[in-house]
This record gives sequence, C-alpha cells and structure tokens, in this order.
Amino acid sequence: MRARLPALLAFVPALALVAGLPFVNRVEPVVFGLPFLLFWILAWVLATPLFLGLAYWLAEGDRR
Amino acid sequence: MTVPLAVILGFILVSTVVGLVGRGRGEMNLERWTVGGRRFGVVLVWLLMAGEIYTTFTFLGASGWAYSRGAPAFYILAYGTIGYIISFFLLPPLWRMAKRLGLHTQPDFFLARYGSPTLAALVALVGVVSIVPYLQLQLAGLGMIVEIASGGAIASSAAIVLAFVLTCAFVYTSGIKGIAWVAIVKDVTMIVAVAVIGIGLPTMYFGGVGKMLAELMRQHPSHLAFPGGTTTMGTGWVVSTILLTGMGFYCWPHMFASAFSAKDDRTIRRNAVIMPLYQIPILLVFFVGFTALLVLPGLKQPDTALLALVTRSYPGWFAGFVGGAGAVTAMVPASMLLLVASTLVAKNLYRPLRRGAVDDGHLMRASRGFMLLIAVVALVLALWSPNELVKLLIFGYDGIAQFFPGIVLGVTVRRVAARPVILGLVAGEAVVISLIWSGHDPFLGMNAGFVGLAVNGTVTLAAMAGTETSGKLRIEN
Repeated sequence: MRARLPALLAFVPALALVAGLPFVNRVEPVVFGLPFLLFWILAWVLATPLFLGLAYWLAEGDRR
Repeated sequence: MTVPLAVILGFILVSTVVGLVGRGRGEMNLERWTVGGRRFGVVLVWLLMAGEIYTTFTFLGASGWAYSRGAPAFYILAYGTIGYIISFFLLPPLWRMAKRLGLHTQPDFFLARYGSPTLAALVALVGVVSIVPYLQLQLAGLGMIVEIASGGAIASSAAIVLAFVLTCAFVYTSGIKGIAWVAIVKDVTMIVAVAVIGIGLPTMYFGGVGKMLAELMRQHPSHLAFPGGTTTMGTGWVVSTILLTGMGFYCWPHMFASAFSAKDDRTIRRNAVIMPLYQIPILLVFFVGFTALLVLPGLKQPDTALLALVTRSYPGWFAGFVGGAGAVTAMVPASMLLLVASTLVAKNLYRPLRRGAVDDGHLMRASRGFMLLIAVVALVLALWSPNELVKLLIFGYDGIAQFFPGIVLGVTVRRVAARPVILGLVAGEAVVISLIWSGHDPFLGMNAGFVGLAVNGTVTLAAMAGTETSGKLRIEN
C-alpha cells in the first residue's frame, strides 16, 4: 500500500486537469481576476510540484 | 542598420559564441556529442528540457491561439504538466536501462528491448519524418519573428539562413553541451521578455491583467470557455488533446533522448517535480494574445498578434530584445532537433544498412554529415514551401505519440514480443494519416491522434493476448 501512495498522489493533479475539465468549463466565478476555467487549470498546474514533491519524498523514504 | 536589427543580430551572435565555447575541452565522441557523457546535473537537464519545450510555437502559436481561439489554447498550459507527471514514473527506469545498455537514441531503446531491427527502423523513420517539418516550422517562425521585430529591416529568408548556418556551426562543433549553454541565454531572455510584455501590455492598455480580462469577458463573453472562438474545439477535443499531447510529450525523439544526458535517475525525478512551474510564462503569453485581441482586432494572421502588439507599443530597442529572444527561442529547439535527427539517421538507419564495419569514429563523422544534409533539407523546405506543412506538423505530434504503448510496455513489462507493438504502431499511424488526410480531425469531437492512439493500444493489447495464448498452447501440445 505504501509503495502505491506516491503513484496515487501524483495522479491527483492529472485527474483534475483531464477528468475535471468537463465540470469547470465556465467563466464564473471569477477568482483573482481569472475566469474560473483558467483559474482551475492554473491552480492545478501550480499544485503539481507539491504533489510530485511529496511523492518523491515518500519514494526516497522507502529507498532508505 | 536599424536599432532593433542590431539588437537581434547581437543576440544571435552571442548565442552562437556561447554554443561554440560551451563545447568544453577534450576530444569529441558520439557519447559526448549526443548525451553529454551522461554527466548532466539537475540544472543542465532542466535547461535542456526547458530549452526544448519553449519553441517558437510558445511565442507565436500560444499567443495566436489565445487571440483567435481563446479557451482551447489552455490545453497548452495543461498538457506539459501531464507529460511531467508521466515522466516522473517513466523516465527513471528508462534512464537506468539506457545507462546499462549504452543507448543513445530512441530506436536504440526499441532495438534493445524488443530485439527487432524492423521495429527500430520503423521508429527511426517515423521520428525523422516527424522532426523535419517541426524543424522547418522553427525556421519559418524565426524568420517571421526577426522580420517583424526588426520592422522589416531584414527579410525573413535572410534571417533564416543566417541564424540557421550559425546554429549548425555550434551543433556541429559542440553537440548537446553547446545546446544546453545556449539554452541558458535563451531561457533568461525569454523569461524576461515574456514577464515584461505579459504584465506590461495589459497594464499599458487597461491598467492591469484583471481589468484586461474583465474587459475581454465583457466584449467576448464566450471566448474564455470551451470551445471559445471555434466551433470544433469543445471540451471533448481539449480533454483528448491534453491526453494525446501529454502522453506524446516524451515520445518525441529529442525529449526522450534528453533524459539520457542526466547523471542519475534522481536528477530526472527532481526535474519532473519542478518543471510544471515552467508553465507560468505560457500564461503570460496568453495575456498578450488576449490584449492583442482587444487592441488590434481582425488581424489576418493571428500568429503575428504578439509581435504586432509589441512593435506598436514599445521603443525599437525593446522590440529588438523581444525579437532576439524569439530568434534564440527558435535556435535552441532547432539545434536539438537537428542533433537528434542526425543521430537517428546515422545510427539507426545508415549503420544497419552498412552491415557492420562502422566504428564509433565513422559513426561520429556520419552523424555530422547527416546533420548538414538534414539542415539543408529543412532550410530548403522553410524557404520554398511555407505554411503547406502545417498539416505535417499536426501529423508529427499525432504520429510520435503512437510510440507511447511500446515505450510503456518496454519499461514496465518483463517479456514482450515485438510483433504486437509493430502491429499497434502501424494501425495507429494508419488511423491518424487517414483521418487527417480525409479532413476528419477532430473525429467525433476528439483529436484524431487520440483516436489513433486508442486503436493502437487496443491492437497492441489484443495482439499480446493472442501471442501469449498461442505460446501457452504450444507448450501444452
């Protein structure tokens, strides 16, 4: 289970950027001046390093 | 000579010198030329990969798409991120395999993993056929950037010839390490240029990015949700395109091979963690495209939107700076494409045909020779057949992505035969070519390449199941 956790973590942003799109295809609400669709995509792009970083950290912990 | 032209030429010359000096000391061999002796740390691998991702398409295409198509352009922001997530898992085992077996190119991997020279030659062929129009497009983009940014002081064709001859010079001399050094010049100037115009132009005309977007939503209410300014690029197209291009990202021969230059597999993983941050400049380029739509509506060629707005809004020296950054943005990917295409031809098509008797020195000379040949072909295409090959470029990405099943299986499955992968690859390419050439892209609202990839994966899995069953039957008999 622990070995699978990094993989699951890393695929959260992928899921949001692919399967999530049909549900966020709208302009409202405007967040930080950005239309909602653009905000959603940008937020998940910026969150990806956090998810991948955590996955890296967990995988390295297993190696030791 | 005008001020913008002088600035642009200065950039091109400085980049060339950096590329030539970046070679370092010692004798050049194929291992150094193609994969930098596999000694690159996080910084050089990052620069190299980032250097290949930001092409003239980012500058001109992303702003042009934001200008004319609107929301469908957002796929550009998302697909790279999908590519990095996949690379986080795919590239480290690939790097270990490449290190153990001394691989230089993508067909090397297919040959080592599947033991089929037919498959390796097929992959090399599809790779080169896809790279040449991509290379051509970089050159055409370079010509457009320099001509417009210099205010017409130099013709597009002259700029293309000059910049490309210099690019060839540093690739020929220095190989991949020279390219990585030029990528530093390119990335710094590109980021500065994009940050200044991405924030500056909306502020100049509307008093801020938020105000510009509010005005855009008022004037063009449907522009910022799919399908934006198009009729065919709905959510289904965007989702299938993100999937296709995300999976195809590291299937490009040059992206695939750039991973080989890393010094260890952790470098590659760390690189995948930080790379998504590098998507931010694309957002700023979108802002420029949106501003151009409001300030300069009705442009005949949307790809010129960014340059038209920049030359109109800034003094000449800054237009020259943007033009110089744009020119180097074409030179770096062009140099990597050139390097990889020539190694593919020399190592995976020329050497098998010679049947042995090709030592490393001979191969190195052959690679350099083919480099000059491919450069001439791309130059001729860029000067005499512009625009027509845009269709070929679309086929390029769609065609390259068909390697994905073979790469994933080669990395993850212990024993797999060549035949299912060959059948899947051929079926995928056939679907892609027939859909694009018959005008059925998008097909049922989905990207044609994605349809091809779905067929490819299904055929591969079916053929694998068939092979395994017959194998078992034989054992039972």
